[in-house]
Amino acid sequence: MKTWQCVVCGFTYDEAAGMPDEGVAPGTRWEDIPDDWSCPDCGVAKADFEMVMI
Amino acid sequence: MTPPLVIIGSGLAGYTLARELRKLDRDAPLVILSRDAAGFYSKPMLSNAFSANRSAASLVMKPAEQMAAELAATIRAHVEVAALHPARRVVELAGGEEIPYRDLVLAPGADPIRLPLGGDAAHDVLSVNDLDDFARFATRLDGAKRVAVLGGGLIGCEFANDLLARGITPTVIDIARWPLGRLLPEDAGQWFRQRLEAAGVSFHLGVSAASVSRHAGGYRLALSDGSTLDANVVLSAVGLRPRTALAAAAGLAVNRGVLTDRRLTSSDPNIHALGDCAEVDGLTLPYVMPIMHQARALAATLAGTPTAVSYPAMPVVVKTPACPAVVCPPAIDAQGSWQIVASDEAGGGIEAQCLDANDKLLGFVLLGGATARKQALASRAPATLG
Repeated sequence: MKTWQCVVCGFTYDEAAGMPDEGVAPGTRWEDIPDDWSCPDCGVAKADFEMVMI
Repeated sequence: MTPPLVIIGSGLAGYTLARELRKLDRDAPLVILSRDAAGFYSKPMLSNAFSANRSAASLVMKPAEQMAAELAATIRAHVEVAALHPARRVVELAGGEEIPYRDLVLAPGADPIRLPLGGDAAHDVLSVNDLDDFARFATRLDGAKRVAVLGGGLIGCEFANDLLARGITPTVIDIARWPLGRLLPEDAGQWFRQRLEAAGVSFHLGVSAASVSRHAGGYRLALSDGSTLDANVVLSAVGLRPRTALAAAAGLAVNRGVLTDRRLTSSDPNIHALGDCAEVDGLTLPYVMPIMHQARALAATLAGTPTAVSYPAMPVVVKTPACPAVVCPPAIDAQGSWQIVASDEAGGGIEAQCLDANDKLLGFVLLGGATARKQALASRAPATLG
């Protein structure tokens, strides 16, 4: 499981936690999130997120 | 040869537009002009850098050279634009160099508003609106124990909360009776204030600063109620004023910001504006989410598909870890009243909704644990620009 961070606002997506509020189940891998998804805090596109190694 | 597309400004607006444009057009020549070093950084992180253990240097995610390579752009750092010449489609730099453009995009941002202050140290008051400002601020904090923050709005509260991570006691001064006064109804504002106070932030509310003077190696502020406050550093965070001077001098229509239609085009068909400098269809919105929508629409227009911008409901996340907050203000002309829908009885935070006479949702506020309901409420709130 990896964590991804929005380059603009710092929002992080933790694959283990998912985003239940947005209907993304815990354990959802980043590559399984639709390409048209965008950062819930600032609107940055999925393609512009970066991976944070933990 | 076609002249380049020229972008003035290398902040989030300028760089986001460049990135979106490159998704649609790999080849159009692109020039980006910047007053500073033109490194890419996240402006929203300036007001929570200490909590994240970041320095000015580590906030730079990509230096200008890397941005130039990724965007296939010519990036001119440390240049000052002297004038725009729309009739000739030329940008004039200080020093006289002229850069012709196919289309010009204004993305210079906004200036911090400075309230008039008396005293012999009024000029020592800092504002933090870009990375260079942040570097100066961080340096001045070395050894500081107390910081006075002028302004209890979003940026002032974020900085105050963040200073706690450096072991500094911040005092927020604002003429309003509760923090985030323009965003929160009173009950929510008082709850927010209590959470920040419990974490170590002090508030002087209902007063303004009259003067800042040198005193005992630091500063003494005289407040409008006759009291005084001592601090090592004074930070001003009372709002932003769009940078419109270049546009106005070139004869473009400006009001609060550079006036544009929904295609982000100014009163000159080859000059466009986005971000904090722009007044788009009557709205100046100094937040990140509008920039993303503007950049996608303008990139499409510049790539040959004229596209109007729309905004959904755009909740703003206030990055105050002592009291997480989400605000989605009603439209300026909306007629509604605030109701506390859920209060903190079970430790779940505060949810307040602004409802019209027919109980239709116009805006909302979520504090503490209630912030988890952001998406659910945003999907019911009216679009900001439908």
